Amino acid sequence: MLNQNPLWRYIVVIGMLLLALVYALPNLYPEDPALNISATRGGTVAEETRLQLEQSFRAANIAAKSVVLEEGQVLARFHSTEDQLQAREIASQQLGANFVTALNLAPATPDWLSAIGATPMNLGLDLRGGVHFLMAVDMKAALDKNLNDMVQTFRADLREDKIRYRNVQADVARGQVQVSFRSEEDVAAAEAALKKRDRELVFTRSSDNLSLLVSISEIRLREIREYALEQNITIIRNRVNEIGVAEPLVQRQGADRIVVQLPGVQDTAQAKEILGATASLEFRLVDEQGDLSAALEGRVPPNSELYYTRDGRPLLLEKRIMLTGEHITGASSAFDEYSRPQVSIKLDAKGGNMLSAATRDAIGRRMASVFIEYKPGTEIGADGNPVLIKQQEVINDATIQARLGRDFRITGISSPGEAQNLSTLLRAGALIAPIQIIEERTIGPSLGKENIELGVTAIQWGMVCVLIFMVIYYKAFGLVANCALVANLVLIVGIMSMIPGATLTLPGMAGIVLTVGMAVDANVLIFERIREELQEGRSVQQAIHHGYDRAFSTIADSNITTLLVALILFGIGTGPVKGFAVTLAIGILTSIFTAVVGTRLLVNLFWGGRRVQSLPI
Amino acid sequence: MRIFNFSQPLNFMRLKWAAVGLSTLLVLGSFASIAIKGINWGLDFTGGTVIEVGFATPADLTAVRQTLTDAGYGDAVVQLFGTSRDVLIRIPLRTDVEQAAVGDSVISALNTQQSEPVTMRRVEFVGPSVGQELKEDGGLAMLIALIGILLYVTMRFEWRLSVGAVASLAHDVILTMGLFSLLQLEFDLTVLAAILALIGYSINDTIVVFDRIRESFRKLRATSVDETINDAITSTLNRTVITSATTMMVLVVLFYMGGALIHGFATALLFGIAIGTYSSIYVASAIAEILGISREDMLPPPPVEKEGENTDAIM
Repeated sequence: MLNQNPLWRYIVVIGMLLLALVYALPNLYPEDPALNISATRGGTVAEETRLQLEQSFRAANIAAKSVVLEEGQVLARFHSTEDQLQAREIASQQLGANFVTALNLAPATPDWLSAIGATPMNLGLDLRGGVHFLMAVDMKAALDKNLNDMVQTFRADLREDKIRYRNVQADVARGQVQVSFRSEEDVAAAEAALKKRDRELVFTRSSDNLSLLVSISEIRLREIREYALEQNITIIRNRVNEIGVAEPLVQRQGADRIVVQLPGVQDTAQAKEILGATASLEFRLVDEQGDLSAALEGRVPPNSELYYTRDGRPLLLEKRIMLTGEHITGASSAFDEYSRPQVSIKLDAKGGNMLSAATRDAIGRRMASVFIEYKPGTEIGADGNPVLIKQQEVINDATIQARLGRDFRITGISSPGEAQNLSTLLRAGALIAPIQIIEERTIGPSLGKENIELGVTAIQWGMVCVLIFMVIYYKAFGLVANCALVANLVLIVGIMSMIPGATLTLPGMAGIVLTVGMAVDANVLIFERIREELQEGRSVQQAIHHGYDRAFSTIADSNITTLLVALILFGIGTGPVKGFAVTLAIGILTSIFTAVVGTRLLVNLFWGGRRVQSLPI
Repeated sequence: MRIFNFSQPLNFMRLKWAAVGLSTLLVLGSFASIAIKGINWGLDFTGGTVIEVGFATPADLTAVRQTLTDAGYGDAVVQLFGTSRDVLIRIPLRTDVEQAAVGDSVISALNTQQSEPVTMRRVEFVGPSVGQELKEDGGLAMLIALIGILLYVTMRFEWRLSVGAVASLAHDVILTMGLFSLLQLEFDLTVLAAILALIGYSINDTIVVFDRIRESFRKLRATSVDETINDAITSTLNRTVITSATTMMVLVVLFYMGGALIHGFATALLFGIAIGTYSSIYVASAIAEILGISREDMLPPPPVEKEGENTDAIM
């Protein structure tokens, strides 16, 4: 008999729907206003912190829903936004500068759902409010700095090799360094000498054969660009953590761009100030003669200053700065020959000379690296923003073993993680390529909420219109198509929640509305076919069978082309448009499934394989 | 219930030259409008700053303009957005101030000058290079989409149909852009997304008609090309109209309920789908017909679909 459902078909369809339904469920639970408390660099949040917070909330009569410690952070949930704001005040007063307190909306997903990894959809900034920055790294500055470093290095190298040169200068426009000589022998000698020191250099001679034009290889150029970008991303990540955002996103985009998304942040001026602030680095000698205990009581020796290390140990440092971070051209963590963690640092030529001179008479003494950064404090300034506080801390102090030059290492570091951390900070203090904000989008929280409401109403009413129309036009078959449409919506939401990278945006919601309108197309095609077959005098069973069969190739062809467009849209679109492409593509796939497989199941169940004289279509 | 129930195929192709003439005129008209009036590119493409602020009571635009002029933004365009309490301020790109800071300074100016504070609803700043890139990427996306469709339809059908399909898509896109130019509606990133979605929708429509043309060519052996195409269009007419109707229904809902940010998107799709329905009936098939499609072109059949009554259905 035609048009009967094998058991596996029920299992597949019902199984998929149930799965999608379960994963769509977390979206129905409202979000709790919450606080995220994490420690800044080096610190940890422990059980005591959690207890302490819980007690002070109770003392201030704030009823917290829960205060839990998870993944090294304390998450405190509250019943209302007022409680949340009040609790933030208390928490930041009590914990001080070593902790970051961030406002957050924590999904109130029940435990059994979180246990199977079901989470609500990611919402785009246009729906949850927040700020989006697109920043461009000034690669030209990085390359220019590299050229200037080359000039200094060449001068030093040639002097060292006793090759006489007339002039060394950077040609920024052409991206090369020109070295002129008095004789052709000197040119040849210089080329050989410089090549020996750096294999990545590319040499050409000028027309009069008296100058060398030196540029760097493509590989090295790419390295410099990558380095500048990575460096900036690292720094921005560190700073974003200081701002106190619950789920920040810092991501590279293309060759020289960085996307920063800070959900929930409203005060863009403050965010920009923090992101744009420059960190710097200083190397100073430790004043070991000075009286530390006297200094702690306020009597600091005249030539010294009192600093603290990251773990709070006081240290007296000389006022004289040996070297600043701008001369650092690279810092990386590695292992020495005894596989102990170490950090290797590279300086430019000038920096090498300065350090060499400064360490000549200081072998055996200790040198400290001081990291200086600006972060918002608890005090509020005249403009309503927290005043930025200059924060200086000693990130490392080590004994100088020998006279230091352009390449040196810091050893005696306790763990590989520490070495990694130190090299990151050293690089951060030596920012070589400045960044510029080239796009900024800030969405207020009220607008975000409104956008969600508007989108949901549009989806609801669009759905209602189509449902009514289909029942009027196709009667019982219309009801079948309507079941498919509802199932389609559940599938879209379920799949969007399952894919970690999928983000729902306002255009994405518009895409869902559009899908609702277009999804019935496949059913319209099938039903019209069935009607035609019936008109041509086929039996009911044959009409159903042929209707589905014949319509399928049309449905496939027409949807593949639409899918093609969605993929192109995804490939070139950014932000909200990408969100639109994602929902469109998912909607096409799910609508084919529900309209072809899903409705066939119902049609077969109700009318298939029995002696029916006519169809309610 | 059925909308159309014809015993004879309608003679669509009788009007093919009239349709081609009308479409040519409309396309030329759109080009003329784009050339003369230009397109009102939105912030996404021109660069600049857009600030949306909310007032507690209906906003006094004159006062807002005065405040902005005093703050040094005499070139700002101020208008209501959606409701009488929402104000949209556009500030073009300038060289004399730091662009990224414009939004903050305007909001603080409004907050200090106005008797009641405003709430920041949205600030968007787009730098000049970004806008240019978006324009280029958008154009590229449309081009790639059209080429992709051209290749796919040639592969699955025939080159004449493929040319017809792409011509009708280009027709829809050009007319929609023409409308935006004529009415000087703002063309922003969501409108670009709408036009790309329109390409996806319109090709869907066209393919359905083409599929039927191919089938009719195989089924009706003794009829002329015109009659075959008429038969195909007539038998898919119900589907074409119903799908367009449900889609337009949700778009009308989106237009009225989706909020001001989505207006451009809904407008572009509403107009585009109306045009697209006409063009997939007339432009695509008429061009294929004029290019001289014949039964023989469609005959070497792709793998014959299974007709066996006793085999299980594919689904």
